[in-house]
Amino acid sequence: MRAETLARLLVLGLAAAAVGFPLAARQRPPLLHARLAEQGGWAPDVLRAEAGQPLTVRLTSDDVLHGFGVGRTDFEAVLVEPGKVTEVTLTFDQPGIYTYYCTVWCGLNHWRMRGVIEVRGSDVQAGAPTPPLYAQLGIDIDAPHPAETTPAERPNALAAPVVALEFSFDQYAAASPAQLWSSLGNQPGLENLTDAQRWDLVAALWARQTSPAALAEGETIFRQDCAACHGPQGAGDGLYADDLASAGQAAMQGLAGAPDMLMQSPPDWQDPAILLGASPALLQGKLLRGGMGTGMPMWGAIYTDEQLWHVVAYLYTLQMDYP
Amino acid sequence: MKRLALTRSPWLKAALKSRWPQFIAAALLLAGFLFVIVSGLLGTPVGSRNFGIIAVWILWWALLILAAVPLAGRGWCAVCPIPLAGDWLQRGALLGPSGRPPRGLNRRLPKALRNIWLQNGVFTLMALFSAVILTNPRVTALALAGMLAAAIGLSAVYERRAFCRAVCPVGGFIGLYAQAAPLELRVADTAVCAACASKACYNGSESGYGCPWGVFPAGLARNSTCGLCLECLRACPKDNIALNLRPFGGDLEKPAARLDEAFKAFLMLGAALAYAAILLGPWGGLKAAALAVGSPAWLAYAAAFLFICFGLLPGLFWLAVRLGQVFAAPRRRTARRSDFALAASALVPLGLMFWAAFSLSFVFANAVYVLNVFSDPLGWGWDLFGAAGLAWQPLLTSWGLPLQIGALVVGAFWAARVARRAAAQGGFHALPVTGYAFGLTLAMMGLLL
Repeated sequence: MRAETLARLLVLGLAAAAVGFPLAARQRPPLLHARLAEQGGWAPDVLRAEAGQPLTVRLTSDDVLHGFGVGRTDFEAVLVEPGKVTEVTLTFDQPGIYTYYCTVWCGLNHWRMRGVIEVRGSDVQAGAPTPPLYAQLGIDIDAPHPAETTPAERPNALAAPVVALEFSFDQYAAASPAQLWSSLGNQPGLENLTDAQRWDLVAALWARQTSPAALAEGETIFRQDCAACHGPQGAGDGLYADDLASAGQAAMQGLAGAPDMLMQSPPDWQDPAILLGASPALLQGKLLRGGMGTGMPMWGAIYTDEQLWHVVAYLYTLQMDYP
Repeated sequence: MKRLALTRSPWLKAALKSRWPQFIAAALLLAGFLFVIVSGLLGTPVGSRNFGIIAVWILWWALLILAAVPLAGRGWCAVCPIPLAGDWLQRGALLGPSGRPPRGLNRRLPKALRNIWLQNGVFTLMALFSAVILTNPRVTALALAGMLAAAIGLSAVYERRAFCRAVCPVGGFIGLYAQAAPLELRVADTAVCAACASKACYNGSESGYGCPWGVFPAGLARNSTCGLCLECLRACPKDNIALNLRPFGGDLEKPAARLDEAFKAFLMLGAALAYAAILLGPWGGLKAAALAVGSPAWLAYAAAFLFICFGLLPGLFWLAVRLGQVFAAPRRRTARRSDFALAASALVPLGLMFWAAFSLSFVFANAVYVLNVFSDPLGWGWDLFGAAGLAWQPLLTSWGLPLQIGALVVGAFWAARVARRAAAQGGFHALPVTGYAFGLTLAMMGLLL
């Protein structure tokens, strides 16, 4: 073989290998890319799986540190590091639509970094879904519900008078602490209680609906997913609250389907009129559905009903003391 | 000045005359170059995990500025893959001359382009976008692909290696700093060249192409324009080409006065200072401005960069040279304008050492990324050599600082030595230029350390 021919073959062969090798191996199997929500969020944002069949997902971040969690499952979230590939295997017992989401505060719109896994299967449970409790109770969760009366001192369940009183979960969910406080004044046998004693009794009845373990989980979720905007003490002064408010509509422009949303500052739950005027069903509804135009994301796709009630129970500890 | 002709060794001369070692190196590097482009376009956009960014801006850059240029001058140009495709197109062959006339339009490079002003312009353009180019694999890939396309396109229009001679932003500064290298290609005996009728080194012969860089070796006094392609060594029928080892800074013993090279020196100094501030400094706002291409902040950054490189640094240097002329006034009658360019040769070792010190600051710190990207070049989860998962940790941290200080101090004193040579040649006083070099060294030290 002539030297020139050999040289040409060498150049062409090396060039073809350099270009062809990565092209042939390109994204096999595909990668799920994590990007800041402002840069498009997850790509792709829809995955498909079969119920009972393992789904292997290879994750990588294209910018900063992210996390990968799947809502309403016991899957333990993993970190998604820039330029590194993390592989996870998921198996869904039931068909349905599951939400995957970022678990690391990655940026201003971290909360909107979500995608869905459509899990198909024959075991589809028929029947219309049950409306959420706030809808059943006809609560307008977008309207303000300030308490007409607030306690002079912080209600304390330990200081509550010992009374035999039936108090169901339905009663708890439907009324705000302020409403219960009002209605207790009309209860036979409780007429002689002072205002402060009635507030303490409300705190005791509220405490009955939860447990230290449930409060601990509620606090964990609050610190993980709520405190960034609502602030560590629920005062509405979180890290991102001002940034989101100042970014306003512009912060939402890059997000499909929400061109006209307006940002609002989170409520100040250190103000007793706001928190004690809100019923558990209202707060649970806000968590479940999201704020609709306030910048508050929907958590119903992420947390189970039980977890959401734990968060609600924890929120009231911002205004009341439990044992 | 003593020189050691490496080409006196028969086996080394044979190795240099053979096309294969150089060709295989260039062919392998071309494959690597193409892989860099592909990995930049298809791989992870995370710079620290993309082969394109790490292989070019950490590995190649470190080898170039810390080894290849200081030791071998234009040694990189000798194996650079960028001209290979254009050469093939133009010559119709990859190895020796085929005897056929060159393909393409084969025009002469316009006289206005036979300098490095255009290279200065291209480098400036790239420097303004460097914060993005250095960190974004896509942009790096596009910039390199653009260089390859330009080299091929120009080879179809102009004779020889027009891209290398007039456009390549890397070749411009390699040529400038190659003057400091202890390696040179020169003719062994100029009398032999004077008597040579064929001038095969320039015109080509059956055994070698005419100089691709458009240089007549007999007139070669400095390394700046010689690409070390070794064609003259192969073409010379008189065996009159020598590759010499010499003391460092050989070309700077008799400095030349070229304004385009002077401004290249200012550009390189300004860029080193700017990058040290942007990439290593604590000023987040400055880094954000350099990255926000097209924004008002970036325009302000670009204006400041241009002012520093083409206004402030040359302006202060002009004052220094003028002071040197005033101090020397009793000894000479006129202040020559060429003194400015002549004195700027002192900035060659200064700039080279600035870039070495700057590069030392991030090369050791980021060396682990090199192992990462060789194992997983595209960030797709591969682990070819078991190093993809190595955690980042800076290497040789205790060496960095002394080496940086040493490089800067060597650069300052080397600049002072060259300034004395230039001053003696031009008849002005060297002290203000030396002060300028020491002042800039202190500024660079402040930024780096």
